Amino acid sequence: MSKLIRMDHTGHSTVAEWTSEDPAAVEAAVQSFRAELERGYLAMVSTGPGHAEQVRELPVEADLVILRLPISGG
Amino acid sequence: MGAQAQPLDVLPETEAVHWRPRVDAARLRRVGSLWTLTTVAHVVPFLGAATLLMVLQPLALPVAIACIAHAWVIPELYAQRGANVLRPRARAADEPERRSVGLLGDLVGHDARELHARTGLVLEPGRLGPWLVGEAGAVLLHGRRRRRAFCYCIKVDGHALAATGSAQPLPSGDRIAHLLLALRADEQGFATVANLTFAGARWRLRRRMPAAARLAVDAALRGLDSASRAPS
Repeated sequence: MSKLIRMDHTGHSTVAEWTSEDPAAVEAAVQSFRAELERGYLAMVSTGPGHAEQVRELPVEADLVILRLPISGG
Repeated sequence: MGAQAQPLDVLPETEAVHWRPRVDAARLRRVGSLWTLTTVAHVVPFLGAATLLMVLQPLALPVAIACIAHAWVIPELYAQRGANVLRPRARAADEPERRSVGLLGDLVGHDARELHARTGLVLEPGRLGPWLVGEAGAVLLHGRRRRRAFCYCIKVDGHALAATGSAQPLPSGDRIAHLLLALRADEQGFATVANLTFAGARWRLRRRMPAAARLAVDAALRGLDSASRAPS
């Protein structure tokens, strides 16, 4: 089961869950993903130890996609 | 249906600081040298004035001591400013804190998880050197034997957080995870977006750090020692 989670004030929230064999769940996850990007979130997937990558479309094959907010110098 | 991953190598946040040159090892060396020169420019005149006063008029000893104190205090204040980037911020409620730390733990290895539990900081190896990532900033140990520390102030953008409709602050684990993911995606972009608050000798920074942060620095250096001993 793949997960789309959003880091927020609750610690994190699960926005969508899907398996690639379930097209309806995938479509729902894609819609949720796009909605979160429109809210200003950036989507990240881990690509190995110490590496992450930003994605603009939901990588259906990923186990975990994390939504983060932009950062700025303090 | 969009099912293709589209990798983006450069942090999008760098667009907001487009005038800044992208940080790389050569730039770090230049910036480090500039900070050293600045420190010397602050210290030498005060020490010179103290010496001159004592030569001209020994009764001016109190003023000479004040000059020496200035020469000592100014670099210490800079180092303190650097150390402050790793200070923990206000905690959220217990449950969000627990959930956020759980997620952060999933992103790092066992050793880093253990170090975070002890120090509140995450040790992340990078191409520029080991990073210590805190809730509102990060410290990069760079150069030969990692003797120079670069302290960066960087955090989740407050405007972006407000735009999501959430008025509540993020728990500590999430604050670190935000920075960690950005660092992993584009280390140079991360250092470019962040505001540099201090660059100087590691020992100067270390003595201004909280005890827990000093443990994290030691862990970073132990990692360096292990790497240098490892067979190639």
